[in-house]
Amino acid sequence: MSIFINKKTKVVVQGITGRDGSFHATQMKKYGTNIVGGVTPGKGGTKMSGIPVFDSVAEAVKATKANTSVIYVPPPFAIDAIYEAADAGVSLIVCITEGVPANDMMKVYRYTKHRGIRLIGPNCPGLISTDQSKVGIMPGNICIKGPVGVVSRSGTLTYEAIWALTCAGMGQTTCIGIGGDQIIGTNFIDVLQAFEDDKATKAVVMIGEIGGSDEEEAAKFVKNKMTKPVVGFIAGRTAPPGKRMGHAGAIISGGTGTAEEKVKALEAAGIPVAASPTQLPVLLKEKMDELKKKAKASKKKVVKKTAKPTKKVAAKKAVKKTSTKKKK
Amino acid sequence: MKVHEYQAKEIFIAAGIPVPPGRIATTVSEAVAIADEIGRPVMVKAQVHVGGRGKAGGVKYAENLEATKIWAQRILELTIKGLPVKKILVTEAVDITSETYLGIILDRVTKKPVIMISAAGGIDIEEVAANTPEKIHKFAVDPELGLRPFEARNLAYKIFRDIKLVRQVADIILKLYDVFWKVDASLVEINPLITTPINEVIAIDAKLNIDDNGLFRHKEIEDMRDLDAENESEIEAREAGLSFIKLDGNIGCVVNGAGLAMATMDLVKHYGGDPANFLDIGGSSNPDKVLTAMRIILRDTNVRAILINIFGGITRCDDVATGIVAAYKELKPEIPIVTRLTGTNAAQAKKILKEINLPTAPTLDEVVKKAIKLAGLDED
Repeated sequence: MSIFINKKTKVVVQGITGRDGSFHATQMKKYGTNIVGGVTPGKGGTKMSGIPVFDSVAEAVKATKANTSVIYVPPPFAIDAIYEAADAGVSLIVCITEGVPANDMMKVYRYTKHRGIRLIGPNCPGLISTDQSKVGIMPGNICIKGPVGVVSRSGTLTYEAIWALTCAGMGQTTCIGIGGDQIIGTNFIDVLQAFEDDKATKAVVMIGEIGGSDEEEAAKFVKNKMTKPVVGFIAGRTAPPGKRMGHAGAIISGGTGTAEEKVKALEAAGIPVAASPTQLPVLLKEKMDELKKKAKASKKKVVKKTAKPTKKVAAKKAVKKTSTKKKK
Repeated sequence: MKVHEYQAKEIFIAAGIPVPPGRIATTVSEAVAIADEIGRPVMVKAQVHVGGRGKAGGVKYAENLEATKIWAQRILELTIKGLPVKKILVTEAVDITSETYLGIILDRVTKKPVIMISAAGGIDIEEVAANTPEKIHKFAVDPELGLRPFEARNLAYKIFRDIKLVRQVADIILKLYDVFWKVDASLVEINPLITTPINEVIAIDAKLNIDDNGLFRHKEIEDMRDLDAENESEIEAREAGLSFIKLDGNIGCVVNGAGLAMATMDLVKHYGGDPANFLDIGGSSNPDKVLTAMRIILRDTNVRAILINIFGGITRCDDVATGIVAAYKELKPEIPIVTRLTGTNAAQAKKILKEINLPTAPTLDEVVKKAIKLAGLDED
């Protein structure tokens, strides 16, 4: 199990003949992603590494029944590419492009939202559902299968966190980078809700950074709505204030977006915050053990011998399996 | 990107927003000539990219030409928060009966442009927000519909009852909203928007920040960039496609990705060092970028060690390694350089780096600790 993408996901690559598009289309295919087509206006009818290229997303979707689009086009064309994908009828759009104007994004966000289309990004590394499908640019070889969901606003910092989990034998269901821009299609809360609903995900790692108040909102959500353990990391404790965010933005958000505030909000919601990404697996194990103890204690009170214990065994098995895999 | 008040006012004038007459001067004699042309008392205003110009003595009222001369001279000698004043705006001093704050910002929570208006104008709006937030009226605009005239009027009614003033203010709000979209602003502010004894409404100040992501379609704004307001290293970094911010520490950092760059800096601090900079070499891995990055960092004499932390994805470790070797040969650094290159093509990178035999570490935590140790900071 996983969130947003799986074995059945059929992907069309917008900008497939460009430098980044062609490289990553090949990488995704190698990982096992079902890449059914690519789009570059004017290159319809040709092939890129065996992948059929179409002139428009509408034609690609019609011919291949693709349900997902991933976008690698340069910033001046990215907004149009998102609209084109939305109108062609895909249900998931992943925009990798960095440098998309925020004002345009405000419009696109509402356009896709009103049509029930999930937009991830822009300025994001995409996502991987381990051993099933990879959409974007994350290196696939750092992931191993397991029970942890990872959500992050960064790119390479996400890889660092995944790698720390993998080295500790804690595999992942889905790892997702939601993007570092001010206006993004999918927020922490959307992903946390999906992980909460996903049966295979037993715990979540969330990686935030300074600016805005998404982490604070996410912390509230974790406290009020989530049953699964969550641990976190916040980047930017040493970042100089005022260099990237205007203070007027903070007026509305009701905070200043500093790392200290975010760490405080996470800890107040019962989310342990790591000092280094390498600490994440340690904190996660502690948190999971703590919950197991609690579950045991409460089970003793209510004597019940139903299917629940086997579930726990399954989770344990998953962890074991991944740790043996690592040794290979 | 920030533009100066005088540049923002040029954009306002083009959009039909009333501002007092005035021009920019770089010398005292120019300032006096402009004041003479205006023929009335003037304001002399320092054009620097920092807040609190007034408090720092950068904004002065000049009754006559003699006063203009004195203030222009003094302000042009000022350095405000580290930035020397090189330009002054000389503009007509207008009579004020009321001061209003008016601003539009891109709000990441509602994902809409939010208009703010407050009767507490002319003072620091952040203070108003902190102490008396009820004095700020906010309205989030539907970006697909745009701002409709009645919405602008309703905002104006929050502050004014006189319909003549309401009409003028509503008109300015609509025009300011157009400016916000037209130039890809992330913030546009008039503080204060004033009324005069004869019931005119005028923008006597202007602040405009542009979304860097929108700059590719605004050459006219890119041309407004004040290179004097940036230091040499920041300009060099930007032109090389690097994201660089200088800090006061002693460990230079070269990292790929903004999040990882911040996390690396945080760990430097965590283990007892002090980061000398934020530097993200970006997604692609042109070896020249690494060379430029090293050149910029080595210029900082506070730096006692450099740590290079690369997690290859799009960035290929072998390209970075090639850049490190080139930089090492060209710049001949005398301080320790510690590297950690992992991910895409890390094995090839290792071979390339063998030539110059730099200290390495396998993990993020260890590379940070090693850099601090080799900088001699753990013994201080």
